[in-house]
Amino acid sequence: MTNRELKAKIAFTAIRASALIVVAVACLLILHIVVNGYKIVSWSFILDSPRRGMTAGGIFPAIYGTVCLIVLTLAFALPIGLASAIYFSEYFGSKWSSLVIITRAASNILAGVPSIVYGLLGLGLFVLLTGFGFSLLSSSLTLSFLTLPVIIAASEEALHSVPLAYREAALALGATRWQTVRHAVLPYAIPGMITASILALSRAAGETAPILLTGAAYFLPRLPTSIFDQFMALPFHIFTLSTQSVNPAITRPIQYGTVLVLISLVLGMNLVAIMIRAYYRKRVRALL
Amino acid sequence: MSSRLKEGKENLVERTKIQVKDLSVWFGSTQVLRGVNLDIKENRVTAIMGPSGCGKSTLIRTLNRMNDIIANCRTDGAVLLNGRNILDSTIDVVELRRKVGMVFQKPNPFPKSIYDNVAFGPKIHGMARGRELDELVERSLRDAALWDEVKDRLKMSALSLSGGQQQRLCIARALAVEPEVILMDEPCSALDPAATAKIESLMVSLKKNYTVVVVTHNMQQAARVSDFTAFLYLGEVIEYNDTKVVFNNPSNRLTEDFITGRFG
Repeated sequence: MTNRELKAKIAFTAIRASALIVVAVACLLILHIVVNGYKIVSWSFILDSPRRGMTAGGIFPAIYGTVCLIVLTLAFALPIGLASAIYFSEYFGSKWSSLVIITRAASNILAGVPSIVYGLLGLGLFVLLTGFGFSLLSSSLTLSFLTLPVIIAASEEALHSVPLAYREAALALGATRWQTVRHAVLPYAIPGMITASILALSRAAGETAPILLTGAAYFLPRLPTSIFDQFMALPFHIFTLSTQSVNPAITRPIQYGTVLVLISLVLGMNLVAIMIRAYYRKRVRALL
Repeated sequence: MSSRLKEGKENLVERTKIQVKDLSVWFGSTQVLRGVNLDIKENRVTAIMGPSGCGKSTLIRTLNRMNDIIANCRTDGAVLLNGRNILDSTIDVVELRRKVGMVFQKPNPFPKSIYDNVAFGPKIHGMARGRELDELVERSLRDAALWDEVKDRLKMSALSLSGGQQQRLCIARALAVEPEVILMDEPCSALDPAATAKIESLMVSLKKNYTVVVVTHNMQQAARVSDFTAFLYLGEVIEYNDTKVVFNNPSNRLTEDFITGRFG
């Protein structure tokens, strides 16, 4: 083996080892959780409320709360995020170029703000100032803020991937800007935008700090019935079980089970996003 | 102006469709067009030729205000369409582009069916629907010499067509909104010779009903299809005249060098 071949071999091995580390960590994590959690996960675990100071029973209120939270966050963040992305990408004219730069920077800064800071923002703005109190509404609005920059950035990317030629073709036919966006850009960008939004949302579903400060409850005897109610949520439930447990030996399996449910929920959302993308890719390819 | 009037009777009956007056265009601080003057005649094919980067695409894209979508583009001078300055800020750009259609360098059909591509314009303008729309689509495809090749597969994707067919589809799509002027920005540069020949004969037949302006870096093409030829160099019109005159008896040394292939 020549020196050159040896170097190539070493480089390749190092690169492959690095990639394998990622796979190994992911597998270990999932495996550890599944092995420790699968025994406790059952229909009664999913459909029951916690009992006896969370040492028994299930986690239904936490699942319900998290699902409500996701749906509400989606309802707030998706329209605003998609609309903002369309505005930034399609409507900002050349005259606004410095404004474009400022807005991009602002969006990037927002994307980098730690989630606990969003929690404090939510606490100040929604819980106290607007008087929504500790509630599903305050929490989902806070999570919307947190996901918006991600949704906007990813949606803009989806819009930019639509060839300029489609826009030119539509404009040259006398389409208005809105008609161009509506008929020549959005149909090809929407799948990417939706996929990106779901991924951003699945990330938000696991956030603990923002909801901790704005509406998630340690324990509630009743399910929330309005958006002004407090709620239980999976990530906060895990936090509670792992830090406030009266008897760690008994609550640990419940904790694993809760983690397993949360991870399944998040991965499930990712799976849905991937399926949507695959479906639209196939449809677009059918036209190619 | 007076010298051109002397050239023959034919010019006297010709109506000016578009009059470009002292047009200058800047992209940022770079001046791309320098005081361009050009009278484009109705129902004639006018070719704008010149080497790469001479500003010919910029010139043609000014005629339907497509440069509006380019950042930092600034325009000075006037472009009169039917006597009205289309560079005026009060002009309805949407209405202008409906009157002045455009075909691009690379065929750019939407990833929709053949039918939907042609119907796109009429639909957004609410021009026709149902049976009427079908007829409009057929007429446009016939005018673009594509109907016979696609009449049995109108519902198929436009992207299944060959490059030359796609370009004729784009022409049909432009015709469907019933424009007065068709701008073609190097429409054959991505096509093979056979497809190019079809587009060229199409240009000649289109002038019966439309005013055609074609940008080309290919001087043989300009010679074959156009009635008038403008030679553009470094943002200036070096020569503009009857195509025969430009090619057989150019008055400018630069034009002569270009058409004899000494540069370009």
